[in-house]
Amino acid sequence: MSLYVDIEKTLGAFHLRVKLQAEDETLALLGASGCGKSMTLKCIAGIQRPDRGRIVVDDVVLFDSEKKIDLSPQQRRTGLLFQNYALFPNMTVVQNIRCGTRREPDREKRRRETEEILKRFGLWELRNHYPHQLSGGQQQRTALARILVSDPRILLLDEPFSALDSHLRFQLERHVREVIRQFGKTVVLVSHDRDEVFRMTNSIAIMEEGVIRTQGGIQQVFAQPKTISGAMLTGCKNVTAAQPLDGDSVRALDWGITLKTPGAAGAKALGIRMHDVCPGEGENSCLCQVVEEIENPFSYTIMLRPKEGQAPGLLGMELSKERWNALRQPELTIHLPPESLLILDE
Amino acid sequence: MDWFPLYNSLRIAAVSTVIIFFVGIFAAYYIAKTPPLVKGVLDVILTLPLVLPPTVVGWLLLRLLGPKRPVGLFFLETFGIKLTMNWWSAIFATTVVIFPLMYRTARGAFESFDMTLAYSAKTLGLSNTYIFWRIRMPYCRQGILAGTVLAFARALGEYGATSMICGYTPGRTATISTTVYQLWRTNQDGEAMKWVLVNMAISFVVLLAVNLLEKKPAKRGTGGQ
Repeated sequence: MSLYVDIEKTLGAFHLRVKLQAEDETLALLGASGCGKSMTLKCIAGIQRPDRGRIVVDDVVLFDSEKKIDLSPQQRRTGLLFQNYALFPNMTVVQNIRCGTRREPDREKRRRETEEILKRFGLWELRNHYPHQLSGGQQQRTALARILVSDPRILLLDEPFSALDSHLRFQLERHVREVIRQFGKTVVLVSHDRDEVFRMTNSIAIMEEGVIRTQGGIQQVFAQPKTISGAMLTGCKNVTAAQPLDGDSVRALDWGITLKTPGAAGAKALGIRMHDVCPGEGENSCLCQVVEEIENPFSYTIMLRPKEGQAPGLLGMELSKERWNALRQPELTIHLPPESLLILDE
Repeated sequence: MDWFPLYNSLRIAAVSTVIIFFVGIFAAYYIAKTPPLVKGVLDVILTLPLVLPPTVVGWLLLRLLGPKRPVGLFFLETFGIKLTMNWWSAIFATTVVIFPLMYRTARGAFESFDMTLAYSAKTLGLSNTYIFWRIRMPYCRQGILAGTVLAFARALGEYGATSMICGYTPGRTATISTTVYQLWRTNQDGEAMKWVLVNMAISFVVLLAVNLLEKKPAKRGTGGQ
């Protein structure tokens, strides 16, 4: 086990109760802002102190409240990348990176490692620039280089792309993916962007109000998020309260329709992704009124109200432009394939 | 013209500024870390000399350091040193009076410090001493320099407490401010005028320096272009 976290912390009215584990892999912590993701990273790095619990990285106990172990951030060797990168504004790129080498006693080795990482990160030409003279992407590269040169046991990335323009993100994401691959040890990525998480990681934990709700493989969690917050965070926009009926039937309360789906006996809510809603007849079909059509760059989102129950909730359906242009009408039959329905139990 | 008062004023101000530079910064640094209640109480006590009349400070100092008072008596009996009426006695007065200036500006500067810089420095393995001198201090440099210059200027102009604790002895304890008073008192307006002009010139330069320090565009923050 490369990362083991089991901690509790109370801060005012907020309670953090996190249990996590990860191998040498990239684990994403996905959650809305203020859910305790960043605080979890800070606890691992030793900047915040949990009230109780245990943190182990690479068989080194960083924190154990029972055994009274609490290593200083300096001793922990965790590479924490801050949202704003936290470059020292009074130091040049090369001076910033040298700060990461100060654990190494051999001066010659320090110089060599600094030079190597500057070249590897394409920062050699920029080495005498100050942080305020760099673009957002260059700042991020400098911050990452500074962390990697310090030889951390684990990488902790706190919303690494949130300070960047969207057109820069994609490019930098590729760079960070490459860095992660070469690092080869545990990486924890904190994010609220499901696309980013999906592209960057293979394991995911969904966090809500200080608690980990779901943890698992990324494919599995996206296919079966299990909880309402999990469904929403993984991008499912159609969620309704549900009431199980006899057999395989379940009542979708917000939409006023009854759906058939196996295994819905314990369902408290149902969800379906907008691109899984299909036009035309099929299982779980219903006639809907088109309330609104929203044009996206490459698709339409059509907001629908099922006619049957006259419930207030709307269903969104996403279709390609050609498809909707061919179909467009004020009333439309759709169907919700049972295999696409997400059964949510809390 | 005898330039002793200028020399004396400058050395008193310089020594007390150096002392207060360190004391003020460390007080600001450690008090910022204390719990709110302690901070509030200490803050009031430490800022008090800023609002007290200099004569009150002088009186309190004499009660403490005077040759017949506890501390003064101890030094006189043990080392044979009289703490008052020497040129350096004025340093007691000026340090107490300028301490709040340094303390408050340093504290303001520290409070604006971006803590994530210190956090990331710690995770990189940098020692707390290194972080303080190489990251926090440069970041807060402008505020601290402005505070230092202001404290120096105030020390240079100190009159009330100084005159109480070291009096006016030409060539021994005379400072610019005590000299001006003495010259005016003895109807030597022409001489007094010269010292007034000297004093104004120094104050002008010092305030100009403070303004330049404060107006210099801040090259901080890590935002992109």
